[in-house]
Amino acid sequence: MAYVAITDRDVHLHDPQSFVTKYIWSQDHKVIAIQYAVTAIAVGLVALVLSGVMRLQLAFPDTFSFITPSNYLQSITMHGMIMVIYLLTALFLGGFGNYLIPLMLGARDMVFPYLNMLSYWVYLLSVLVLMASFFVSGGPTGAGWTLYPPQAILPGTAGAGMGIIFMLVSLAIFIVAFTMGGLNYVTTVLQARCRGMTLLRMPLSVWGIFMATILGLLAFPALLVSAIMMALDSTLGTSFFMPAMMSMGRQLAHDGGSPVLFQHLFWFFGHPEVYIVALPAFGIVSDLLAVHARKNIFGYRMMVWAILAIGCLSFVVWAHHMYVSGMNPYFGFFFATTTLIIAIPTAIKVYNWVLTLWHGDIHLRVPMLFAIGFIFTFVHGGLTGLFLGNVTVDLPLSDTFFVVAHFHMVMGVSPILVVFGAIYHWYPKITGRMWNETLGKIHFWFTFLGAYAVYLPMHYLGILGVPRRYFALGETAFIPQSVQDVNVSITVAALIIASAQLLFLYNIVWSLFKGPKAAANPWGATTLEWQTPDTPPRHGNWGPHPPAVYRWAYDYSVPGAKDDFIAQNEPLGPAADAADGREARS
Amino acid sequence: MSVAILFALIVAGIAAWWLIASRLTGKPWEKAQSEADNEFAGAALAFAPAQVGLWMFLAVVTSLFALLVSAYGMRMEVGDWRPLAMPKILWLNTAVLALSSAAFQWTRVAARHGEAERVKGGLLASGVFAIAFVAGQLLAWQQLYASGQFLASNIASAFFFLLTGLHGLHLLGGLVVWSRSTARMWGGRAKLADIRMSIELCAVYWHYLLAVWLLLFALLLSRTTLRNLWLGICSAVGYGP
Repeated sequence: MAYVAITDRDVHLHDPQSFVTKYIWSQDHKVIAIQYAVTAIAVGLVALVLSGVMRLQLAFPDTFSFITPSNYLQSITMHGMIMVIYLLTALFLGGFGNYLIPLMLGARDMVFPYLNMLSYWVYLLSVLVLMASFFVSGGPTGAGWTLYPPQAILPGTAGAGMGIIFMLVSLAIFIVAFTMGGLNYVTTVLQARCRGMTLLRMPLSVWGIFMATILGLLAFPALLVSAIMMALDSTLGTSFFMPAMMSMGRQLAHDGGSPVLFQHLFWFFGHPEVYIVALPAFGIVSDLLAVHARKNIFGYRMMVWAILAIGCLSFVVWAHHMYVSGMNPYFGFFFATTTLIIAIPTAIKVYNWVLTLWHGDIHLRVPMLFAIGFIFTFVHGGLTGLFLGNVTVDLPLSDTFFVVAHFHMVMGVSPILVVFGAIYHWYPKITGRMWNETLGKIHFWFTFLGAYAVYLPMHYLGILGVPRRYFALGETAFIPQSVQDVNVSITVAALIIASAQLLFLYNIVWSLFKGPKAAANPWGATTLEWQTPDTPPRHGNWGPHPPAVYRWAYDYSVPGAKDDFIAQNEPLGPAADAADGREARS
Repeated sequence: MSVAILFALIVAGIAAWWLIASRLTGKPWEKAQSEADNEFAGAALAFAPAQVGLWMFLAVVTSLFALLVSAYGMRMEVGDWRPLAMPKILWLNTAVLALSSAAFQWTRVAARHGEAERVKGGLLASGVFAIAFVAGQLLAWQQLYASGQFLASNIASAFFFLLTGLHGLHLLGGLVVWSRSTARMWGGRAKLADIRMSIELCAVYWHYLLAVWLLLFALLLSRTTLRNLWLGICSAVGYGP
């Protein structure tokens, strides 16, 4: 059968009418995106509260009777797992990926809308299973978010009975949901772009989400394999990861398993996971900077190549998480080298962001503040990554707060700043309303400065040798009293930023009903999602005719152009020639 | 983890080749490139989205099995490895799965020629062989269980049950799609044109699962570790010790 490009096919625009098909069992990518985002943020708030529990214990030990060693560790575990997987992965790919991919590429929807709907509901199920683990006997698992065996399933660990099983089952369900969504995103990017949308005309947001999805599709199976094997070890008595050992004075029935095998499998997933979260943030922040600095992104092609290079390299660095497990020195040398090499494409991206700002017409609106804030926090987090990538430096620092500070800066605070920037940026398109500028700015300054108040001192604690994961420090010669004071100040800062997030929630919800009506393209952006006939876009996105694209995504500050930018779907003409002349000069 | 790295490198190689082929070195902001780009119709590959989606899914499944094989290989190298004696029935099962795959290929060709009656027969044969394979695998499990080998008894046997179980689950998933298409075709609710894509996709999936099974079976039969196998290959081509 002759192949007909998707954009050339006749479509029957069925506009779902009933409330249920429109908002609940919806196959519309925009509704699914919002469902994903709301669920992810809701579960993220649970994780935020858990971090409050940890901080209270660290600052005021022996004060709160409701914090025991067990539920301190359970809070750590659930906080980490929820933030990394159920919030960030789901929000960037299920939320922004779903919303932006079809709109930015001029498609009417994802290529498999039914699968897309199923993806959300399966994701919701995984969240519910995870939340249910709070209520099973023994509570959720307290094994740390890395779930290392053998301790994860030994009786001394909190939640070693039901909690860990619920966690593993929830992860397996999540992976199924992600695979359904991920196949959709990749196939849509490959096969459903509009006329004229070549790969190199795609906005960097789509590039970042596309590459992150590929990483997810190839890396999540490693987590699935390790979850299945650990569940078998725990329930049916196999010995994939469990060595012969004594536990609480008893010889266990397990024999011959390898805990290090789990670490290999876990980090073969775990390291790409860092970039599953980071690459969409890289892409989105590139677009925010270009739009609000009214400048084409500096080095677009290099940005694309850097995304691809980072994606490939992220599969050959996993063992830098395992230096302390003991390994052949050549092995460590190899992984230290690949780890440092990945700094090159990353640095290219940072330089290009900064150079995009250079001589730009910078508008310090709320999304731009968050984007620039991201550059700061990401550089700080990235630089400490260079410390930890070296085996000799990593060994003494690995079990200290230095690592906590590093990864929170680089993959906690940085992507979250982009999430906020992106929500403020696309909110007018998603809802048709504008948020309150003042509240947005207050929210930014609290979050940005607060992040430094929390994480900068943690580096210092780490260098002093304060260990992470400890419920209480007790009497330790090398830890001075000042550590306690620093911990108090960190906790106060953390509680203040946590409450500042209420401003964000209030602003988002209030503006939904009371915010002023937003213009169709308030920021003057070139990309397709701002050129829809309706705001917010209706089902099918484009009315009767899907768009065609005639230029790349970054024609900003074009001399002679009507509005200082030229939208991607504007046909070539005199204005385009002017844009061409500008490129030749720069 | 060498198998997993190898797999990642192969994927990266395919991706790099494809990206170079899709002119990722162009300068999209220049006018000449713009004019060329405007001719682009919208799809990267001249296949239906469902076909592209299936290949992506097969890449995911390959990642899953590559990691399991890696884990198996790493565990095999530890000194206390005791290999498992394979039940003889696995040879028969392998032949049955090959027949199922061949029958699906035959059905696929018949579907392309629009021969509805042959498609009906072909679908039935492929499904019956596939179900026979699953039954045969269960029989193999039963035999091992009867001889005292189960998940917890030793590590080689645990891996055997895990690998065959996951492979069988994937085939069962394929059989769900098969049963829907077959029921619609035999019940007269669908014309050949309606299920042609489904037959195409199933045939590819069946061939893929046959290939995975052949590799897994070879691995399960093998008494040499992957490392020794690799060293053997290297020395055979003149690079070894």
